Amino acid sequence: MTNPLLAINDLKVVYTTAGSVVRAVNGIRLEVMQGETLGIVGETGAGKTTTALAVLQLLPSRTGKVVGGHIIYKGEDLLKKSEQEMRRIRGAKISMIFQDPMTALNPVTTIGDQILESLRIHNGGKQQERRLQERVDELLQLVGIVPSRKRDYPHQFSGGMKQRAVIAIALACDPELVIADEPTTALDVTIQAQVLAMISELKEKLGTSMILITHDLGIVAQTCDKVAIMYAGEIVEQGTVRDIFLSPRHHPYTEGLFGSIPDMDVEVGRLTPIEGLMPDPVNLPRGCKFHPRCRHAMDICRTVIPEARQWGTHSIACHLMREEGV
Amino acid sequence: MNGRQLDRHPGEFVYKKRNAFLNRDTWGRFYKNKSALLGLCIFSVFIFCLIFADVIVPYGKALEQNLRIRMQPPSAAHWFGTDIYGRDIFARIVHATRYSLFMGIVSVAAGIIIGSAIAALAGYRGGRTDGIIVWLMDTILCIPFMLLALAMVASLGSGLRNLLLALVVASIPIYVRVIRSSILTVVESDFVEAARCCGTPDRFIILKHILPNAIGTIIVQATTSVGTMITWAAALSYIGMGIQPPIPEWGSMLAEGKAYMMKSPHLVIFPGMAIVLCVLSLNLMGDGLRDALDPRLKD
Amino acid sequence: MEPLLKTVGLKKYFRVAGGVLHAVDNVNLSISKGRNLGVVGESGCGKSTLGRLAVRLLDATEGQVFFEGRNIMEFEKKKVQMLRREMQMIFQDPYSSLNPRMSVFELISEPLVMNKVYPTYREMADRILSMMDMVGLARRFANSFPHELDGGRRQRIGVARALALNPKFVVCDEPVSALDVSIQAQILNLLMDLQDELGLTYMFITHDLSVVKHISREIAVMYLGQCIERGPSREVFKNPLHPYTKALLAAVPRPRLDESLKKEIIRGEVSDPVNPKPGCRFAPRCDFFTGVCTKDIELKEVNSGHFVACTLFQGQSPGSAACAGSKASL
Repeated sequence: MTNPLLAINDLKVVYTTAGSVVRAVNGIRLEVMQGETLGIVGETGAGKTTTALAVLQLLPSRTGKVVGGHIIYKGEDLLKKSEQEMRRIRGAKISMIFQDPMTALNPVTTIGDQILESLRIHNGGKQQERRLQERVDELLQLVGIVPSRKRDYPHQFSGGMKQRAVIAIALACDPELVIADEPTTALDVTIQAQVLAMISELKEKLGTSMILITHDLGIVAQTCDKVAIMYAGEIVEQGTVRDIFLSPRHHPYTEGLFGSIPDMDVEVGRLTPIEGLMPDPVNLPRGCKFHPRCRHAMDICRTVIPEARQWGTHSIACHLMREEGV
Repeated sequence: MNGRQLDRHPGEFVYKKRNAFLNRDTWGRFYKNKSALLGLCIFSVFIFCLIFADVIVPYGKALEQNLRIRMQPPSAAHWFGTDIYGRDIFARIVHATRYSLFMGIVSVAAGIIIGSAIAALAGYRGGRTDGIIVWLMDTILCIPFMLLALAMVASLGSGLRNLLLALVVASIPIYVRVIRSSILTVVESDFVEAARCCGTPDRFIILKHILPNAIGTIIVQATTSVGTMITWAAALSYIGMGIQPPIPEWGSMLAEGKAYMMKSPHLVIFPGMAIVLCVLSLNLMGDGLRDALDPRLKD
Repeated sequence: MEPLLKTVGLKKYFRVAGGVLHAVDNVNLSISKGRNLGVVGESGCGKSTLGRLAVRLLDATEGQVFFEGRNIMEFEKKKVQMLRREMQMIFQDPYSSLNPRMSVFELISEPLVMNKVYPTYREMADRILSMMDMVGLARRFANSFPHELDGGRRQRIGVARALALNPKFVVCDEPVSALDVSIQAQILNLLMDLQDELGLTYMFITHDLSVVKHISREIAVMYLGQCIERGPSREVFKNPLHPYTKALLAAVPRPRLDESLKKEIIRGEVSDPVNPKPGCRFAPRCDFFTGVCTKDIELKEVNSGHFVACTLFQGQSPGSAACAGSKASL
């Protein structure tokens, strides 16, 4: 078996604000192989963005801190790297696409210059200006923007085009891994379809690995190879996309998520939402973090954190699975 | 609509009208803020002087001239020394507090109330009304504050009342500008639209929705302005256009002492320090109040 | 039977720098009592503006809105105030649609106080508490402020506020879009339960197609201010006629694996709503564009109750919709 491109082991991240400690990520384990797309699914507050920021060491320095675990990228622990070393990695080896294209772009610099910035930083003075400009044109065409528009400012672009520009910047230096944090949430559905199709095409062409963070199971079904479902800072279920969509076994939270989505093609009288709310990360419940909302909660769930049980590629962290001996 | 206990639901529901601003959380945050507390402590000294000036030292002492003991440095008999006419500086400073604080607070109160009303009208009505008001305010703002105040005092005559009028009129456009922008942000909010949807008439929308949400800006503006107005009042008095001697006023005390500053620095140090400490404490309190009212602003 | 709400030739134009923005252009809709209308479209299609026109939060540039037979666009201020008891709105953003300075109790009381509904304080308080029960808000939150509650609870406050006056018709402007998936489901169930309990009719505005089918019997698809297709939601979802509707439905990612990956993806972007050219506004992005499309098109009934505004169906008689829609037929 080949080594994973990125392996996250037992990662723990906390935020410390005036007095209180927010346990955002509580020991997660993830792996991304070369050329693979891993989807991280969860709702607000699950810890998905925090995980992404932790990989690139972009946590807000005043409040965020990694308090445990390892992030192994090609054999090296990113958490042990200095800021300077990380800077060489960011953009060049691992890059990130942020959620809101409106705010991810600098409003006073042209699109072309913003792409150029990334290129210049990682290619130093070695390449001439002209070669870099050619690369900018190449990238713009790759994402479906007419190269002549590189002299335009972000406010002259529509939402969809801004996001394409953001993707161009992320891909500028041919990174091996792209982390996309809800890249299409702010876009209209038809534009989303365009952007997702483009991302799929690019992945095939360039062989880039991707971590796609989203709350939309539909997008996951369409674009991901592997899926991890996060809840309250932990991964409750993980597997290939077939495991998640076709397997009869699921974590109760995953079942709840599926039950909450009105399906366009199937009529359902009433939705079956998950009762209650995600726990306050300052005051997490003992034992399984989902137990207060779980229909099948047992006594053991209140005190013991369930360990992940493995069925081939599919793993679920739930005491139910244990009980049934399935 | 006031809060009352409902007997029909004992123990289950008690409607307590909580004030969104002045509640325990706000004060708690204020007290945790060390610089705000410092400001409060310093300012309370001034308030003390304001209220108990006559008790601390009779007014007569502030006016009593004694040319034989003029320009004496601080001593046991005269804590801050004496000025060029032999008057006790400490007494003068304590009584001047009354005038300065009065000027500061009253001018700001009047200015802000009028300014808020104009700003609310402009911000909520929008369109032409807004256009005319903004144009008017901008025109007045073109004239430097000092010049405008001076012109008014010069034409109306010096004295407490005219000084007050000049400060209020000259400062209204500034308040309108700042408060209006705060109001504009609020007017755009969904909850204003929701209020219209509830059938709330315009006047209630301004009073219950718009002003309370712009009040953060208004309060901060008010506290810093008090300090500014005190300084302006002192400045005008310094050049002889404000409160006339022998009435004690920090600015005019500075003016009197400036010629002898080198030899008898105590003549200007004490009035100067009074101005600085008063304005500083007000600013610290204002910052603390703003942070306490809306801690989200800090981030 | 007289429809509950009917719009005739409804237009709303805004003057902007550069010309006239056609936010809503000549929309004809009709909503029957008990049959929710879902208004779908992407950003800029005018659905939010339409919603506000329907409850007279905005004045129309042209056209009429008939509520129970009366044209509300002609009402003067006092009558509009009376109207608030019968038509209400639930807003999209639970974070900005609630005054942060008011407690839950005060927020829900506002419509009651402003309309002087209850003569005594106690009666009003009872009503407020029962509204809170109805929307699933624990009574202990009555003294809380919005920022102390999460998105789902805040939206419940919005629902309670809208229903406090017992309206007949409620416009829901993207009421669940800002909420997490599991909370969305809770609020959708709530809205449906309340509809049954109180006999409400909704105009449900959203960009989320899966949600709209769930909650509305009728659906109207908007594009750049115009209604380009309309009909029973089951029918429109099963048999979308307008190329935009087809693409819109195809673009929604389904949470299932058995989807064929090939999709008809629309190219291009939405054109400028300022000073639009006459004719079909979708034409620049349409694969079936022909010269005829530059002329203004009206909604035409193609199947019983299923209307579409597209040149592909102009020459059709009702019932023959099935064979239209391929390039070859032109």
